[in-house]
Amino acid sequence: MTTNAQPLISSPSIAADHRLPPRGVTRWKAGSNVVPLRQPAATVPKLELQEVSLSYKTESGERLLALDRIDLQVRQGEFLCLVGPSGCGKSTLLHLIAGLHQPTSGSVLVDERPVTAPGTDRILIFQEHGLFPWLTVGENVEFGMKMKGLPKAERAEKTEKYLRLVHLTQFKKSRPHQLSGGMRQRVALARALAAEPDVLLMDEPFAALDAQTRDLLHDELERIWAETGRTILFVTHNVREAVRLGDRVVLLSFRPGRVKTQFEVDLPRPRHLEEVEVARTAREILDSLREEINKSLEAEYAHVQRD
Amino acid sequence: MSNAISSGLEAVQSSPSSSRQAIKHPVNPAPKMKVEESASRKFLRSAGRQIIFYSALIGLWALLAKLHIWPPYLFPPPWGVAEALWAGFQDHSFWIGIAVTMKRMVIGYGLSVILGMVLGLAVASNKFLEETLGGLLVSLQSLPSICWIPLAVLWFGLTEKAILFVVLMGSLLSVTIAMEDGRKQMPKIFGMAGRNLGASGFRLFWYVFLPASLPYIVSGLKQGWAFGWRSLIQAEMIFLSLGLGQLLMMGRDLNDMSQVLAVMILIIIVGYLVDGLVFRTVERRLQNKWGLSAA
Repeated sequence: MTTNAQPLISSPSIAADHRLPPRGVTRWKAGSNVVPLRQPAATVPKLELQEVSLSYKTESGERLLALDRIDLQVRQGEFLCLVGPSGCGKSTLLHLIAGLHQPTSGSVLVDERPVTAPGTDRILIFQEHGLFPWLTVGENVEFGMKMKGLPKAERAEKTEKYLRLVHLTQFKKSRPHQLSGGMRQRVALARALAAEPDVLLMDEPFAALDAQTRDLLHDELERIWAETGRTILFVTHNVREAVRLGDRVVLLSFRPGRVKTQFEVDLPRPRHLEEVEVARTAREILDSLREEINKSLEAEYAHVQRD
Repeated sequence: MSNAISSGLEAVQSSPSSSRQAIKHPVNPAPKMKVEESASRKFLRSAGRQIIFYSALIGLWALLAKLHIWPPYLFPPPWGVAEALWAGFQDHSFWIGIAVTMKRMVIGYGLSVILGMVLGLAVASNKFLEETLGGLLVSLQSLPSICWIPLAVLWFGLTEKAILFVVLMGSLLSVTIAMEDGRKQMPKIFGMAGRNLGASGFRLFWYVFLPASLPYIVSGLKQGWAFGWRSLIQAEMIFLSLGLGQLLMMGRDLNDMSQVLAVMILIIIVGYLVDGLVFRTVERRLQNKWGLSAA
């Protein structure tokens, strides 16, 4: 890793405007040459949310606004992290983008085309239990390609390729329950990548793992992201994780979920959780997040008192 | 917590490295041997008990028959029944009976599984159907399947179709309700993951919902088989048609108690074999595949 002598190029700046101008700046700094340079950002956003709102009726009959006019643009190949207190609708937002639910108003655009149904251009990775226990590891990875109707030989070849990418080739014939939590998430990652999506949606994928496994998976994810050039939307409640991984961190507010602030993370890659700069940046975001967490706690206490 | 520790210990004991450990620590193999011994001894003991129980039962039967409290044409001795079994297999009438009955069972049950899965899935995924059809299905369960026989005879006459209809009605409800429950108990994430990976419509059902709900519906499928089996024998006793039920009625008509008992034993054995061998194997395999088994 580079030493602290290297100056921090720009401290995380708060982007006042939600619609960011396209950046031509390369994010790979000298000294981190293990990862190849990637194409500069394109002008047209890969993924765009336009005033996306979602409300639903609770059991008591009140209408609850879960997401409130969310505007967001994600560049091709960007690693974007969404953070917010629990209950801010981060996961719901990912489900909307995946097309599993429909927004009450507003629209989700991928390559300027509105999303109306699930599609393999946007693959979601769940926190846990996302793998099919009745299939082997290999069959799980193959599943998306099978649904797409790819020929068998091609499927076998790609299954092999993506299992190699996550270093699990020798577990092809194992069942998911025979693997550790970290390995399972790597299989989930391989399964998602094998569907060759443009956008990878990750819903707190490492939250249930122990710290060491999570560190390893951060490294792997960063490497795979660099190798495949996918656009990644990563939801987490862990701010350090967001800073460790993201090009940009978007903070959502507590109920209703709104885009509160956005932070550009201009730290050199590969990063590490323990780095001072990562901690400092995380600290800044955390200060902003704390307000929201307090709000969510207040709401919870109010609930308790009412009961 | 303590559970996890003890299972961890067992894993260590049964791992190949434990033999190496055993050389270093001669104290260690003792508990391992104890575990193995008690497992095999348990099996032997249970088998021994069963042998003793059935021998005693047959012995009691033989004794009662020998005492001639009831005439042999009402209470035949065990060897009389054994003879009837032997004769029945010798003249192929039992083989034919089993074959005909099993064929009906497989067709009727197969139909009910297909229909029941579709119905159950429809009821589970549609609120309107759940409230209307779902309620009707539950109330229909209180109707003994033998009550369908008059209806079947009027609709289809004394034909093969009528018998299949009775089997279908016997097992359909169990399968439907099991499928409905299975679909509801099945973790939602499988459906989401499946749709997310591009499955929809029939493929979503075939590749995701069906395999995902199997562990939840296998007991319902088993129950459906048991109900269907009973309905079939009942129907065969009323209809003039080959099959085990008719062999049973033939025994009655000929006043041949040995044949009646022989066919009853046959019905029990065939039913038990399917239940014990087929369904239990399927269940065990599913559990191993999913990693649900306790061992």
